[in-house]
Amino acid sequence: MTELFMLIAAKYNYCLYVILMMIGLYAMIAKNNLMKKLVGMNIFQTAIILFYVSIGFKHNATIPIIKGDHGHGGHGAAIHAADYMNPLPHVLMLTAIVVSVATLGVAMALCVKVYQRYQTLEEDELRMRLSEKIKS
Amino acid sequence: MKLLSLIVVCLTGGLLLYGTADLPDWGDPNTPASLHLSKYYIENAIRDTEVPNLVTAVLADYRSIDTMLETAVVFCAGLACFMLLRDFTPKKDHYYRHVPSGVILHVKNPDRQIIAGNEFEDMDKEWLPPDTIIKTVCRMLIPFIQIYALYVVAHGDFSPGGGFQGGVILGSSFILLAISYNLKYLLKRVSEKFLGILSAAGVLVYMGIGLAAMVLGGNFLDYEKYAPIFGEHHIRALGMLGVEIGVGMSVTAVMVIIYINIVSEGKHDEGL
Amino acid sequence: MYWSINLVILVFVIVCALAAIYVKDLLATAVLFGAYSFMMCLLWAIMGAVDVAFTEASVGAGVSTVFFVAAVFRTSRRTKD
Repeated sequence: MTELFMLIAAKYNYCLYVILMMIGLYAMIAKNNLMKKLVGMNIFQTAIILFYVSIGFKHNATIPIIKGDHGHGGHGAAIHAADYMNPLPHVLMLTAIVVSVATLGVAMALCVKVYQRYQTLEEDELRMRLSEKIKS
Repeated sequence: MKLLSLIVVCLTGGLLLYGTADLPDWGDPNTPASLHLSKYYIENAIRDTEVPNLVTAVLADYRSIDTMLETAVVFCAGLACFMLLRDFTPKKDHYYRHVPSGVILHVKNPDRQIIAGNEFEDMDKEWLPPDTIIKTVCRMLIPFIQIYALYVVAHGDFSPGGGFQGGVILGSSFILLAISYNLKYLLKRVSEKFLGILSAAGVLVYMGIGLAAMVLGGNFLDYEKYAPIFGEHHIRALGMLGVEIGVGMSVTAVMVIIYINIVSEGKHDEGL
Repeated sequence: MYWSINLVILVFVIVCALAAIYVKDLLATAVLFGAYSFMMCLLWAIMGAVDVAFTEASVGAGVSTVFFVAAVFRTSRRTKD
């Protein structure tokens, strides 16, 4: 029992990311409103981005901007990789955030279009309208 | 349904929690993720590219083809929004307000319209009195926001920032104009055609920089081939700046296009 | 010192996410989602990912909240759950 507790205490970050991802997944599956589903999708997305960024974190390291040397060749003190955060996850996730807002815009456009045609965003009402349309 | 989804979510979460036990320790500098490729990037970026901000160096130089296609994705999202929502049918009902008296005219016949001039103004369905404080504050604020956005684009090499962030800030300054005045005022200043051309031109600037390097005898997006034209000094940083400007143009235009199409349901007449 | 700030902000993030899911008004959801994005941005600034934090502050908390409000303005605020 104490071992399990120690494990959770050492990796509480990862556990909280999983909880955040569970919230997003639950909202995507169980919520009835399309807009709420979109919020859930975004929470899921940010949880994954958070996990990626936290992989690049290092103790006793600084932000990934080289100190002192403003690009005048390679002279000066040698650069150690352990002194700077890992920039690779940051790059990948930076573009992922911008693409996520673009896809959010497209999803919003689809929601507005659905509302124009069916006057509702609730999933069960939408299903009812669709089955009425098929019968008639 | 709720119970079933809760069970599925708990199962997924439980499996992932079980998986976290095998992840490397929090903040360990010797994890596999930071030993191979990123080690090379950190130690050699300043020698290869002369750009102190490692994120920009990796974004616009080592992985520039990736960023080019991300820009294309953003452009496609703007195009999809336009195609889904844009409605070119002219509206039938027009509302005019007689400025001196405040009388509102509702014209239903599309053939007989009043020319909006000094006495009559074209207005939305719900008329809101203009708020002097909001208009004045936003008018004073917007130039500073735009200058800041350009600063963020230009200083992406040396400080946090770059084309994506600067473009979003520039786009949100236009959105602020649309919110504080109205949508027609924004479209009078920044026409839809201009926005469409700007969003495509951003991607074309990016690809053009890459292709011109090929014409000059190098690889795609090899900025060092520009050295005979612009000089040796900081040539890669200059190439990155050009690329970031392209990204910024595209992102700015796409943000404004998505906003005006959503808020007016594609009719571009009235909105928030 | 570091881990306590991190933990407090992570708990805030989870509270904001839960509130955004459970509140029964879509405009309130949009605003709470903006708050969630700001907390997330703070978390990334603590982790040293300054570029990602900057992007999230401008994109997540700024533009996507505006998109949400615009879409709610064109559809309805009503939600059943």
